[in-house]
Amino acid sequence: MSEILYEAPKTLEAAVALLAGAGGQARVLAGGTDLLIQMRAGRVVPGLLVDIKGIVEMTTIVAENGGFRFGAAASCMELVEHQAFAREWPGVTDAVKLIGSVQVKGRATVGGNLCNASPAADSVPALIAAGAVARIVGPGGTREARVEDIPAGPGRTTLADGEIVVSLFLPPRPARSGDAYLRFTPRTEMDIAVVGAGVNLTLDETGVCTHARVSLGAVAERALLVPEAAAALIGSKVDEGALGRLAAAASAACRPIADKRGTREFRVEVAGVLARRAAGIALDRARRKG
Amino acid sequence: MDTKVIKPEAEGRGDRTLKIVGTSPVRPDGVPKVTGLARYGADYALPGMLWGAILRSPHAHARIRSIDSSKASALPGVKAVITSADFPEQKYEFVGPERVAINFWHMTRNVMAREKVLYEGHALAAVAATSKIIAEAALRLIEVDYEVLPHVIDVDEAMQPGAPLLFEDMITRGIDPPPNEASNIAKRIEFSIGDLDAGFAAADEIVEMNFKTAPVHQGYIEPHACLARFDNKGQGEIWAASQGHFVVRAFTARLLDMNIGDVLVHPAEIGGGFGGKTVIYVEPLAAALSRKSGHPVKIMMSREDVFKATGPTSGASMTVRIGVKRDGKLVAADGVFKFQAGAFPGSPVMNATMCGFAPYNIPNVRSVGYDVVCNRPKSAAYRAPGSPISAYAVESVMDAVAAKIGMDPLQFRLVNACRTGTPTVWGPKHAHDGCAETLKALLAHPAYAAPLGRNQGRGVASGFWFNNGGESSATVHVNEDGTVVVATGSMDIGGSRASMAIMAAETLGIEYEDVRAIVADTASIGYTHVTGGSRVTYATGIAVVEACRKVITELCARAAMIWSVEKDQVSWEDGSARRAGAGKHEPLSLKAIAAKRALTGGPIGAEASVNAGGAAPGFASELCDVEVDTETGSVKILRFVVAQDVGRAIHRSYVEGQMEGGAVQGIGWALNEAYVYDDAGHLLNAGFLDYRIPVASDLPMIETVLVEVPNPNHPFGAKGAGEVNIVPVMAAVANAINNAIGRRMTELPMSPPKVLAAIHTAPGK
Ligand SMILES: Cc1cc2nc3c(=O)[nH]c(=O)nc-3n(C[C@H](O)[C@H](O)[C@H](O)COP(=O)(O)OP(=O)(O)OC[C@H]3O[C@@H](n4cnc5c(N)ncnc54)[C@H](O)[C@@H]3O)c2cc1C
Repeated sequence: MSEILYEAPKTLEAAVALLAGAGGQARVLAGGTDLLIQMRAGRVVPGLLVDIKGIVEMTTIVAENGGFRFGAAASCMELVEHQAFAREWPGVTDAVKLIGSVQVKGRATVGGNLCNASPAADSVPALIAAGAVARIVGPGGTREARVEDIPAGPGRTTLADGEIVVSLFLPPRPARSGDAYLRFTPRTEMDIAVVGAGVNLTLDETGVCTHARVSLGAVAERALLVPEAAAALIGSKVDEGALGRLAAAASAACRPIADKRGTREFRVEVAGVLARRAAGIALDRARRKG
Repeated sequence: MDTKVIKPEAEGRGDRTLKIVGTSPVRPDGVPKVTGLARYGADYALPGMLWGAILRSPHAHARIRSIDSSKASALPGVKAVITSADFPEQKYEFVGPERVAINFWHMTRNVMAREKVLYEGHALAAVAATSKIIAEAALRLIEVDYEVLPHVIDVDEAMQPGAPLLFEDMITRGIDPPPNEASNIAKRIEFSIGDLDAGFAAADEIVEMNFKTAPVHQGYIEPHACLARFDNKGQGEIWAASQGHFVVRAFTARLLDMNIGDVLVHPAEIGGGFGGKTVIYVEPLAAALSRKSGHPVKIMMSREDVFKATGPTSGASMTVRIGVKRDGKLVAADGVFKFQAGAFPGSPVMNATMCGFAPYNIPNVRSVGYDVVCNRPKSAAYRAPGSPISAYAVESVMDAVAAKIGMDPLQFRLVNACRTGTPTVWGPKHAHDGCAETLKALLAHPAYAAPLGRNQGRGVASGFWFNNGGESSATVHVNEDGTVVVATGSMDIGGSRASMAIMAAETLGIEYEDVRAIVADTASIGYTHVTGGSRVTYATGIAVVEACRKVITELCARAAMIWSVEKDQVSWEDGSARRAGAGKHEPLSLKAIAAKRALTGGPIGAEASVNAGGAAPGFASELCDVEVDTETGSVKILRFVVAQDVGRAIHRSYVEGQMEGGAVQGIGWALNEAYVYDDAGHLLNAGFLDYRIPVASDLPMIETVLVEVPNPNHPFGAKGAGEVNIVPVMAAVANAINNAIGRRMTELPMSPPKVLAAIHTAPGK
């Protein structure tokens, strides 16, 4: 019967070295709320687990250059209970809050949510809309990548062998900015997004939208950044007309599969509905930050 | 929770005031359960124990050409491998009452496939090894040569001529003369009264609709698990969670060709069953592996196994037609109910045909049922088996009929409600009231008059369930200190230890805390039928009270001896023996008599075994308010009220719990629960993530109205309370959705994509 080794390095360098030495047989272990389930189902059979929760820069949340940097292995509960962060990024916070139950969030991490590369991962569309940038280390050194460039398809990322997402950086926010994330699930909790929509926008003094990012989850092989949907908002006062165009652009960007969780038509239609509703919430939040 | 109790009639039972019955004392199973001390099926272990694992079919339908287990047997650590060859063939015959008939030829094939595998997950071999990992590795070494066959799952498709046949020689029962051709239709049943054509001819309005329901699983939280220790001489013991350890004993003994007395079954604590644990799966396999290996063997199912290989209830296809006079009097009703039996005959369709129209007085009725096999796990009982399915169709049509004649849907039902003396479609007349009382309770409930907002709707529906009596045994023993042990053969699945203790304490006149209720194993108490059919509080309750009365007679005799008076000079009142004519002696308490037991004849105790007749059916009427998100099709349950005739609540909060639980399970059935199959007949959602039973935040607090129309045949008036609560739920939700958006949902589940699609169609059809 096969053996699994477990290591809990205290530094990034040690973690990178362990992964590099394992010849592709190693897996990063964060909260394990995806990985352990996949192992029990026999879908993943690692030879080495590298637990990264003991690495300081991967578990801390800090202010940086007017923005926030949080460790990819900080637990979701630590993130949602961080009040300054939640004030600045209520949409990202809402998305992280949706992950599982309180107990699951006590273990789960945003890094795991991203690197597990489920198209339905809740935090990812919110992070993409927020313009989050990931810091990545690996055998080749350190690099930065936008969150939308990391998932490649169900269970696949663009990370090279042995690379670790260390932290995520959320940029400083101009005044009158707001973000929101909504997902559709048949149940209110403990469910998986059939559609997810993240919207982040900034208004000028007159209430005209100057900047927007829109991202959709669970409607393609990975979370999508939808510039056409954002374009529908930019330059508008986010009125009914703009929201209608946003919804249409969001629906048009979907390329979902039909599966046990929803039909194609349903996902396409509801993606527009959720994008519109999320934009409405983001708008309210931006106005309140006037 | 604020509960209403309605007692529509003065109690005819001597009007003595009850001290404990109807209250909610601390439940005896509570502390062990929340502290983790309770021992469930999976919690038992023995020295030298092996782990059993089961090889399951990857195909929905295939002939087994051969099974080669030689490599598995050779794997170090493997101690036994079994296949159907290790079980004797059974005679092909249906035994027992038709409604719940059993055919052991089918049962042995369901626990271990023989000629064919009939559903994905069907067991066809099992291994016992020194570890779980070795047992599972051994399964991968078993080579099976399958001839994959076309399969059929949908009930309408399975009934088509030319559909793939599960049993190439099965001729439909219940048709005279029998058909010449084999088909998947195992049985046809028909009940009728009156003259259907004349009834419809006299109707002012007629509504006919077609319905489909998805099969749903009971969703008990505890997967099936057992430990078996058998010797090769033909004696053995099983520890298992089930809804009836006597039935586990009988079935296992039969499948292993053993004497019933040579099998001893210990009841483990049970983590839910809802009907699904009235049958056996792992027990005979663990027993056979143990017999073969000479070691104790433990088998635990995974959640995936539970979904793929244990009994859900049927999916159905139904047509219901109802005719009514303009004044609201029902004149005719016709129903055709086609049920998926799963891989072997025995869907609850007969119940469905009987229960569907049972709440109403309709002079002309026909009710036809088809029991249809298909490539899914064999259906098992689920809470009022069959009745919720036909009620969904009937109560939806009732709603449409009421709308058509412009009558309030509750008033409409009340006008037609059955009463004592109303004929049933299956023959006998109703012998109890209760239906009208639940309707009146709902009419009077403030929820019925509460205003509704935009996209909100209200629906109501009613339902019937037989409830049951039957065989039960109980013993009552007075301990040395005057406390009392009550033992029964009824698995405690819904609070029976609490209610037995209450009934014993009430009868004996002692404190509830002085009574300890336990569930005895199959060798320590007389035969007791399953905990199912809402029968335990009724039948086992009667046995407990009877045993208590015998104990009282004995206590009085002992008091007479102590006082040196004739027995008839002593009566039992308020927990003490009292001397007639009073004054002469202080009353002797149970404790005082217990202290003198040795001097007066030894230990005091009694046993009672009954076959309780006279069970009274349950009725429920329910109200549901929903809000529909018209852009996503999502349905939110805003309010849900259950008015149920429980006869008499013995342990009040347990009864409320039953009512709440039935409503919640029905809401899941209504909105989201369904099995999803791919084209090859593989189940795609064998887990609680994608098989969506409701979570707490999906639900409002369920409001309960306990209607108490006592059953005179029970010492305290109890009727069963566990099942009828689920019967009206899906129809109540569907009627509420119709009220909110003007679309009648005729297919379950009413999931968001389906509701959204309906919203895109023209309203009011
Ligand atoms: C009951 C339950 C409910 C759930 N509900 C939701 C939900 O509502 N929404 C949702 O989106 N998800 C949900 N999930 C899934 C899961 O909890 C999340 O995806 C979670 O964020 C995963 O984080 P983790 O730390 O547990 O990841 P892990 O399981 O530890 O890792 C996941 C994958 O990412 C890799 N990985 C982890 N961290 C890194 C890193 N820093 N660098 C590189 N690779 C890394 C791992 O090797 C692994 O392949 C649920 C899970 C459960 C069990």
